[in-house]
Amino acid sequence: MNKKTENILFQCTGINKEFGSVKANDDISINVRNSQIHALLGENGAGKSTLVKIIYGLLQPDNGSMDFLNKEFSPKSPKDARAQGVGMVFQHFSLFEPLTAFENILLGLDKELGEKELHESVVTLSESYGLDVNLSSFIGDLSAGERQRVEIIRALIQKPKLLIMDEPTSVLTPFECESLFKTLKKLASEGTSILYISHKLKEIADLCDTASVLRKGAIVGEYDPKKMTARELGEIMVGQSLFEPKRPVATNKSDRVLSVKINEVKPDTQFGVTLKNIDLEVYQSEILGIGGVAGNGQEELMQILTGEKKDRSVSIKYMDYNVEMLNPRERREIGLAFAPEERLGHAAVGSLNLLENSLITDPKKRFQKKMGFINFSELNEFTNEIIEKFNVKTTGASALASSLSGGNLQKFVVGREIGQKPSLLIVNQPTWGVDALSAANIRQAIVEIANTGATIILISQDLDEILEISNKVAFLTNGNLSTPTNTADIKTDEIGAIMGGISV
Amino acid sequence: MDLSEINFAVLVASLIVASTPLVLAALGELIVEKSGVLNLGVEGMMIIGAVAGFIVGVETGSAYIGMMAAAVAGALLSLLFAFIILIMQANQVASGLALTIFGLGIAALMGHPYTGIKSPQISTISIPILNEIPILGTMFFQHDLIVYLSLISVLMIWYFLTRMRAGLILRSVGEDHDVAHSLGYRVITIRFLAITFGGAMAGVGGGYLSLVRVPQWTEGMTAGAGWIALALVVFSGWRPFRLLIGAYIFGGITILQLNLQAIGVNINIAVLSMAPYLATILALVLISMSRFRGNRGAPGCLGISFVKTV
Repeated sequence: MNKKTENILFQCTGINKEFGSVKANDDISINVRNSQIHALLGENGAGKSTLVKIIYGLLQPDNGSMDFLNKEFSPKSPKDARAQGVGMVFQHFSLFEPLTAFENILLGLDKELGEKELHESVVTLSESYGLDVNLSSFIGDLSAGERQRVEIIRALIQKPKLLIMDEPTSVLTPFECESLFKTLKKLASEGTSILYISHKLKEIADLCDTASVLRKGAIVGEYDPKKMTARELGEIMVGQSLFEPKRPVATNKSDRVLSVKINEVKPDTQFGVTLKNIDLEVYQSEILGIGGVAGNGQEELMQILTGEKKDRSVSIKYMDYNVEMLNPRERREIGLAFAPEERLGHAAVGSLNLLENSLITDPKKRFQKKMGFINFSELNEFTNEIIEKFNVKTTGASALASSLSGGNLQKFVVGREIGQKPSLLIVNQPTWGVDALSAANIRQAIVEIANTGATIILISQDLDEILEISNKVAFLTNGNLSTPTNTADIKTDEIGAIMGGISV
Repeated sequence: MDLSEINFAVLVASLIVASTPLVLAALGELIVEKSGVLNLGVEGMMIIGAVAGFIVGVETGSAYIGMMAAAVAGALLSLLFAFIILIMQANQVASGLALTIFGLGIAALMGHPYTGIKSPQISTISIPILNEIPILGTMFFQHDLIVYLSLISVLMIWYFLTRMRAGLILRSVGEDHDVAHSLGYRVITIRFLAITFGGAMAGVGGGYLSLVRVPQWTEGMTAGAGWIALALVVFSGWRPFRLLIGAYIFGGITILQLNLQAIGVNINIAVLSMAPYLATILALVLISMSRFRGNRGAPGCLGISFVKTV
């Protein structure tokens, strides 16, 4: 490790933090040097978020000390941390959806600034760092990438010396990631150090100068990501070797499981996407990947497929059934299963516990005894099996869904749907916010059920994921779906063109 | 029946008076709800304001001091509510209902010796020149101080919510308390202040009832005004000017039914007295049927307890 103190901007030594009996941070020491992008790498629950919350003043450490700008640093609140030069961009955006971008930026400031003055500095910032944002639009109408830009502007306007980015790319499209990286590199070159939290190994190799790896609350070591392969880093992160799931071999073409025909479906809100000319066929044991940049109709297509939105003009034929007018429950009863993108509110009920969440999505009355009594032993067994198999970090099956972290709830939801042993599984963003090992697990499980005869539609913005396990790929652009192509036949340079809406 | 017996200018002037308690109480509740708290205790805070204002008014002989006492009494009762829901994290709906029941009971107890006494007068302030405009002068420019204050409050609250940083912070707490907390705003403190303000406003509204509008003390004299004020906040879509218009519509219906009764319209009195409440229900039904549901300005965290999590 580099011990040259004159170059160190931020340093923490022996940070400990316990929640009950859980050691979230165990004797953590890191050094962040000037003008560097420093990665904090670790799985979900490794203690990254706890550590940065301590640095940002949201939590107080049980013991340990911090130094910032060669002075002792112990922020009592985020306000305090900001005043001393630490900025933070949260993973789950801390933005007010019903307020405008400008109002949100205003709220992030600790002192009152003239509206005109603020407006000018925001415009200057967004121009020099390529952070395009319409200041008068409501956050609720902005895409994830735009929201993040608002957050970054809000952090930058206070001219931080240390900027913390908590898993910034988990909600971004590849294109948005690239422009984010440009912004971050420019910031670093101008003297702002960045503490970059992620579990995506590839982007850390591209972007970061140093990587501190955390495992189970403790520092494993500090590495140079440029000198290591992503696999090596990943194995240090999870503490065991990673595996790659094998793509299933699609069977004969004759067993068509699902065909979807959509001429035109208008969105419910003015900000939605109109689905047009979608003609889709999926065969048994096939994994169809649907890629594309967020906000090109994924949400709308998912709603049509699940039955959350019904439309007479659409034709959906599943096996021998016409299902377009069936509601989600009726669709589940005949063998479909869904894992929508929004984990709370669509995929799970936050105020119910995991057992209850398993129960309400059980279409086959598996957990029901005579006269409507609940079969708790079956239900317990099923739920605990998911928790174990998908490595869901929770206090137990009776924990509230809302108490789980996003990634863990995601694992539970996907596990639960796979546990239904569906004939057709439709998932949207199955590994969003999930750590590398668990994501590989989820993909493996999807491939396994495909191998046993299930059919999968995998909607994802993670291109690597789609290319890794799908037999066929199609892309959504502006509500249009490209013709599904065999994954083996598709060339990477064509993908960009298809996603850009240019037919090949 | 002779409709010409109703003097239009006087009718409007009296509907403004009749609406003022509603305007005051509803404005207070608007601020409370904008901070994310649903206080169903408006009726209770109004009646406490009514009885406290009346007692102090009678004892001191000054309606203005009575009015101030009404504000203090309403605020004190609301502090009880604030403590229960913010510190003890109790359910807001249940606590609000309890507040109303408690307020009605304790007001009846306190007010018992004062039944049938006349309250001190509050003087009308005619605005020079403007009050000489025919008809309009009678309608708008010959009122007491509280009426003018209620109108100024509408303007000030609108300005506060839409033009001031403090108003933005208040709204942000009501929209998403977790985000506000993560930005370092003090959710509990801000809500405490909002609830206290709401209580004071409801108290003044009640005081206006017992000191000006009626003016005497009778048990249960608020007669559902607090509930109408609550409905008005929803009706207005959490906007101060619409709230004013709404209050005048409801006040107008109340006054109109009284006038219609007075001139002997051939409708059952019970039906006429029902009119303001029916209108409340109707307005709420119409609003919830509207296509623009979900985007009517209801604060995102309305009625949800804030639990500090990091």
